[in-house]
Parts: sequence; C-alpha cells; structure tokens
Amino acid sequence: MASVTLKNIKKNYTKDVTVIKNVSLDIQDGEFVVFVGPSGCGKSTMLRMIAGLEDITAGELYIGDTLANDVHASKRGIAMVFQSYALYPHMSCAENMGFALKLAGTPKAEIDERVKKAAEILEITHLLDRKPKALSGGQRQRVAIGRAIVRNPKVFLFDEPLSNLDAALRLNMRVELSKLHQELKTTMIYVTHDQVEAMTLADRIVVFHAGLIQQVGTPLDMYDNPSNLFVAGFLGSPKMNLLEAEVVAASATEVTVKLPKGLVVRSAVDGSNAKPGDKVTMGIRAEHMRLVEEGTPEALPARVDLIEHLGDIVLAYIEIPGINQILCMKLPASMTNLKYGDAINLVFPKEETMLFDAEGLALKRIR
Amino acid sequence: MSTTTHSAHYGFAERWLPRLVLAPSFVLSLVFIYGFIAWNGYLSFTASRIMPNYEWVGLDQYRILFENERWWVAVQNLGLFGLLFIAGAMGIGIFLAVLLDQKIRAEGVLRTIYLYPLALSFIVTGTAWKWMLNPGLGLEKLMHDWGFANFTFDWLVNPDYSIYTVVIAAIWQSSGFVMALFLAGLRGIDDSIIKAAQIDGASLPRIYWRIVLPALRPVFFSTLMILSHIAIKSFDLVMALTGGGPGFSSDVPATFMYQMAFTRGQMGLGAASSMMMLATVAALVVPYLYSELRSKRRG
Amino acid sequence: MADQSKFWRTVIYGVLFLVAVYYLLPLYVMLTTSVKSMDEIRAGNLLSLPLDITFAAWSKAWSSACTGVDCGGLAPYFWNSVMMVIPAVAISTVLGAVNGYVLSKWQFRGSEVVFAMILFGVFIPFQVLLLPMAQTLGVFGMASSISGLVFVHVVCGLASTTLFFRNYYVGIPDELIKAARLDGAGFWRIFFRIILPMSTPILTVTVIWQFTQIWNDFLFGVVFSSIESRPITVGLNNLANTSTSVKEYNVDMAAALIAALPTIVVYVLAGKYFVRGLTAGAVKG
Repeated sequence: MASVTLKNIKKNYTKDVTVIKNVSLDIQDGEFVVFVGPSGCGKSTMLRMIAGLEDITAGELYIGDTLANDVHASKRGIAMVFQSYALYPHMSCAENMGFALKLAGTPKAEIDERVKKAAEILEITHLLDRKPKALSGGQRQRVAIGRAIVRNPKVFLFDEPLSNLDAALRLNMRVELSKLHQELKTTMIYVTHDQVEAMTLADRIVVFHAGLIQQVGTPLDMYDNPSNLFVAGFLGSPKMNLLEAEVVAASATEVTVKLPKGLVVRSAVDGSNAKPGDKVTMGIRAEHMRLVEEGTPEALPARVDLIEHLGDIVLAYIEIPGINQILCMKLPASMTNLKYGDAINLVFPKEETMLFDAEGLALKRIR
Repeated sequence: MSTTTHSAHYGFAERWLPRLVLAPSFVLSLVFIYGFIAWNGYLSFTASRIMPNYEWVGLDQYRILFENERWWVAVQNLGLFGLLFIAGAMGIGIFLAVLLDQKIRAEGVLRTIYLYPLALSFIVTGTAWKWMLNPGLGLEKLMHDWGFANFTFDWLVNPDYSIYTVVIAAIWQSSGFVMALFLAGLRGIDDSIIKAAQIDGASLPRIYWRIVLPALRPVFFSTLMILSHIAIKSFDLVMALTGGGPGFSSDVPATFMYQMAFTRGQMGLGAASSMMMLATVAALVVPYLYSELRSKRRG
Repeated sequence: MADQSKFWRTVIYGVLFLVAVYYLLPLYVMLTTSVKSMDEIRAGNLLSLPLDITFAAWSKAWSSACTGVDCGGLAPYFWNSVMMVIPAVAISTVLGAVNGYVLSKWQFRGSEVVFAMILFGVFIPFQVLLLPMAQTLGVFGMASSISGLVFVHVVCGLASTTLFFRNYYVGIPDELIKAARLDGAGFWRIFFRIILPMSTPILTVTVIWQFTQIWNDFLFGVVFSSIESRPITVGLNNLANTSTSVKEYNVDMAAALIAALPTIVVYVLAGKYFVRGLTAGAVKG
C-alpha cells in the first residue's frame, strides 16, 4: 500500500502538443481517487504516466516514498485494469491472472494459491479454466480485476473499466468495485468520463480539463461548491442551468444581479470583490428551482416547453420570457399535471444560486 | 495513432531492440532494392554489353531502345495484352462474383474450381495451353473430329495472333482472383442497402449495376492495380507459351529485357528497358499508394 | 413470378456450371493426356478418354525426360525447388513476423518511413534488380547456387510478408501490449508469449503465400541458376520447349502436373487461407 504524489507533472508529445500542463496532487494511502473530465482532458495520459506506460516530460512522481519516474512499469508495484479488459486470448483465465507472477519466477504453488484467493474474492472460481472468449463482458472484467488483485499491488489503476459494459452491468460492477475497495483498502486511482461513476465511487474527485486540474474534493463538496464554471457544468445531471447576468449590487454576504429584461435575482455569495456593472454567470441546479404561486415575492414568470416523466421525478424544460435559453427544472413525480404551454411562476432561492465571475471562477458561497 | 510511445523507463534494450530488429530488413531493402535500382539505372547510362562496362554514354541506350523495332512490338503487345487481359479478367471475375452472390448452393465447390488455376505456376499454365492450342493435335483436331472440317486455329504459330493466346491463358488463370476479391467485397456490403432498394422497387440487375458495384469502387481500383501490375511483370507465361515468338511477335517488355540482358549480351539496353518498366509501374502505383495512405490517415 | 424466378435461378446455375467446366477442362486435358500413349494421342483428340491407361509418361517425366542436353527427368529439379523453397519461406516469414511486430507495436521515429519503403517493394518489377543482383551474387560466390536463389527470394519476399504481419498485428489491441508490459514482459517475451500464440492464422496465410510464390517463380530461377541448381519451373519450361526430339505431349503434361502438384495439394488442403492471403495482399496498406 502506498500514497501517490504528483509534483508539477508535465507531458508534451512534441514541442507544441502539450497534454498535461502542470499537475500536482497528493493521493493518500488507501484512498479511492477518481480522475474525471471530458475526452482529451489529459486524465488518461496522467494515469498512463503513473503506470509507467508514458514518459513523464517534467516533474516528479512518487509512489510511496520512491521517486518512480524512471522505474520500469512492471516494477512500480501498480496494477492496471483496462477498458478493453486486455486479457490474453490464448490463455485461460487462471493463466491470465498468474502471468505476471509466472514471469517474475514465483513458485507454481504460490501462483495457484494467489489466483485461487483472488478468484474467490471475485466469485469467478468456476471460470478459471475457461478462455476469455467463452466469457461475457462482465465476467471478463472480473478476470481483468482478478489479474490486478493477484499481483498484490500497492496501487490499483483503472482506465475506464466499465465503459464497455451495458448499463445494468455497469451499476452492478460499480457497487462491487466499492466493496472491493472497502475489503482491500488499497490505494485506487480510477479514470472515467462518467460523472455518475465519479460521484458514487470516489473518496475524492479530481476534475481535469485542458491538461490542468480544475478542482479536487469530495464528491458532495464539489457538487455544492464548484470552484469554477467548468466544474459546475460538468458535475450533475441534468447540467446546472447557467445564465448571463450583470451585478447590480454587491456586499460581503449577498450579490444582486440583473438578468436580461430586468429580472432581478439575489445570491448568497461573498461579493467583496464584485462591483455593480460586472458581467457574471449565474448558476442554479435543476432541483433547486422552486415552483410558486403567482404573486409570490421575487417570482419569475415562465412557460413550460417540454415535460419528461422519468417515473421517480419530472423534468420540466421551461423558458423565461425575454431570456433566450431553455432551463431545466427537477420536480417531484407528483407534478404530472404540468403540460406544454402552461404558465408557471418560479423562484431561485438565494442560498442555492451561485455566481461565477468573468474568468469563470466561483464567488464564495455564504451558507 | 494510438501506439506505445517510447519512454525513458523502457530501458536501453527496449528502446533499441525495435530498431535493431528492423535493421536487417531495412538494410536489405535499402541495398538490394533501392541500391540496386540506382545501380541498374547507372548501368542503363553505360555501354555495358556482356560484362558491365562503366563507360558513360549518356542517353545512348535509351536512344537505341526507342529506335528498336522489337522494343516497340513489345510495348504494343503489352498495351494490347494489358487491355484485353484486364478487361477480360475483370468482366468475367465480376460477373462470376455477382452470380455466386445469389445464395448459390454449391458455392464452396464452385469457388474452389474457379480459383485453383491461381495456385499454378504460369509455366504450368503455359505448358498446358500450349498443348491445347497446338495446331496439329489440339483444339483444331478436336473441332475436326466434331465435324467442323474447315476449322483452323493457328494463333500459336501465327505472328499476327500469337499474343492473343497469351491473353486467353492469362484470363483463364486470373479471373478467379478477381472473382474472389469482388466476392469478398460484395459480402462486406450492408444487406440493408439492397433490401431498401428492393422496397423502392428496383430490379436485382439494376440494384447491382446502380448501387452495389459503385459501392465497390475501392475494390475495383485495387484489383485494377494488381492486374496491371501482373500484366507489366508478365514474363513466365509468355516464355512458356510462345517464348516471345514466332520471331519476336509476342514479345513483351519483360521478355525483351531478359533477352537483351541475358542472352543477347546487351546489358545496357536491358537495363534501360527495365528502367522503363519501373517508370511505368511507378506512374501507376505512386498515385495509388499516395491516395491510399492519405485516406488511411484521414480515416 | 415464382416461375420466372425459378427460370432465372436455373439459368444462373447453368452459367456457373458451364464456367466451372471451362475452368476444369485444362486440368482434365492434362490428366488424360498424361496417361495416354503418343499413339493414342494422335488417334484421339483432346477430350477423348484414355482407353489404355499408362504411367509411362509420368515415369519418363520424373526420371528420364530430356531438358535440353541432359536427360535425367524432372526429379533433380523438383528436389532443387524443395531445397530452395523451405529455407526461403522460413526466413522470409520469420523476418516478416518480427518486422510486422515492430512496425505495428513498437513504432519509433522513422518507422513509418521504413514501412513505406518496404511497402513500395511489393510493386517493383523485379527486372530492375536482375542485373545488379547477378553481379553481386557472382562477387559473393552465390551465383548459380541454391543459396543465391534463397537469398533473392528472401529479399524480394520481405515486402509481402512484412505487410501481411503488420496488417494483422495492427488489429491486435495496443492495450494487450501495455498489460503485458505491466506484467513484466519485455520486447521478446511479449512477442513469444503473447503475439506469436495469437498469430496462427496469419502464419498459415504467409507460409502458403510465400510457398506458392517461390515454388512457382520462373524469373529468378531462369536468371540465377545453372544446371545443378535449376528449380522445377525452369526444368519444366526447358522440357516443354526442347525441340530436339519428337514432341511428347503426354510427357509434357505429366511434367506440368508434377510441377503443379505441391501447390495444388496446398490449395486443396488450405484453400481458405490461400484466398485470405490473396485478399490480404490485395487490400494493401
């Protein structure tokens, strides 16, 4: 078991193509960290650098207390699970799982022992003699995870391991991965573009964008306090509603902004550095908008454009007259009487409204 | 391009092994293919006859080549042969592929039969057809036995027609190949396209002519490349069937080159003629490869 | 409607059947002619069945027919071809496999250029290599020897074998190589333990392709060999074109069949791979 420390890591493919600009991060021993971000953000490159499959252009990588930059991939004490499983097709599952140990010259009895133990953890003992071709996608992924467990690594690396599975299986494996982590208590680094996986699996989430870390934090903290527009837009489904606005009044505990057409909204954020006239972006999540009676103070008039019944909840897509943008609103499942064209009134509670400055950085929320 | 890039922690061996492993083949093709092409090019500018003689004569050999009647017969023959051979093999091959694509019961057997000539050496094919087209005891006698007393077939020994016997044998040998390529192409076409066209009311021949075959354009071009390449290289078949004769009436550039370089002691002329062959192939292949590689990169 | 489609299907089957007959006819003629006596050949015609089957022509073609001045039949040439084809196929296949492995899985700066260089070699008319090659083989004492022929076939076969393996290995996911590296395997261990066990289909295709190409080659055989090292194709051509004696067509046909036998056997046993080789060779790059 080991911590992983990244210090000012950079990655260039050629002089002009920079994939990782400058990344520093401390991953605690036993932590489950998820790298998340859109494709091409550098998260997979970062993982492969930790694995030793990619060169580190500049910076330092420590696994435990060892500087690992120049340590061969197979000697870093890491194990990796790939998206395509990467099982050797001509070997049985047991051989696949024991291959690394065999190459390392481990006695056969010990290999068998460790393969057996890992298979029991993953409940794949009955599959050990089969070839990967004879397995389903979920079973293959278990074998791939088994191959990683057998090596008894200090750090597990997962490269989008669930992306090739169908939705139901994905949910299943997600739960099992969580359980596995609780059981093994080994450091795990997990790459995904799926924010649901990130939210459910991670002790801490690291959001990557354009070769930089945007924010690091626990899932809930990050959901509630996104540090910038990118993180705010990336986490959460449906996406956070974002509207252009202009500051009207600002204090250390509250900022008032004006939406187009003179609609005024208040937000409980620290406005010490804001001044009237600043361009900002106002954000509010779908579940935080509230439907109110006509005549309620600060109510905004709106019109229903589309209703989606998801069973447990209702998603209403609405338009505020004068604002050329569709907003999404999450309502309880009982709201089945709403229909296209209905006129409604809503409120953006000031405790739930966030503001981002012209650079996209969040104004600190007061709660 | 997702490939394992090299990195510092590959270690010395893993960094240099790939280059080391590729090196012998690299050197072999650099020296024995590209070096030899240059050398051969140099020979074509010299007065070499039976032995290499590195006396520079400039373009003299090419001048002699272009004034040589036999060379022009060979070039003409290649043009005629290439055209008829490619058209014939393509036509028959595509026709057979389309027919075989109609869920034919004995497809496996038929395909095997159509393709087996390709496993044969051109020398074997030539020997066999030489016997069958032989004016005394071959096809002519058969027709006489069948009652066509006036039937004559002397193409093999008739200078005006000898090159056509080469065409016949070459088509026999290679049309199965075209069939195999197109059949593979046809099998790769999405069935739903044909279904959709049928629903639109198009007849089957029309569907093939208007929709399926146009979709096989890439196959068509690669087949065309391969066939013209076979045609330009063709040497064995002519040697076995007619030996370039009667006289030099069925010579092609490949046999011309061989005769000049290895039996007539005209090494410089032989070298010049082979350079002309290379130029022809390059003119065909380089644009083709270029477009292939470009479309790969874009794809 | 049903009648009409039945009619067309009959026509299609009819055409396919006739074409099959046309393709088989030369084989039939070769076989029947080879077991007739010369008298019977003169008496009958191409298609007449042999009345009195004799293998005299086969035995003569094998051991006593004259090819030019010497009269030892095709047997020595046949064995020359065997001696040539085995090492040539083995060496060119092995080199092709490791080349393909490097070019697909261990690319380095410049490896694409090497690949393009090798690829162009597939198309070169070998006539441009003949004269320099003859000189060079002479200098190294390999002129007119089987080892010289093996060398030429290896050099000229490299392009195809490399292409075959490279295109096959490109289809093997890179993640497999990465996983193996994490498991502690190096360049050669990945090749022997992971890649090679997955290569059976492409190995078969390449070996069959190279075998047919080299066995059937005539150009290099006729240019680079002498009486002691002539391959079978050259022997057959000399035999069929010897004009010193009365033409014995039955011996010619028996000789042609002897020359064709190995490749026909391969084709019958592994036709599937043979076709795959052709298509792989056709869809280049």
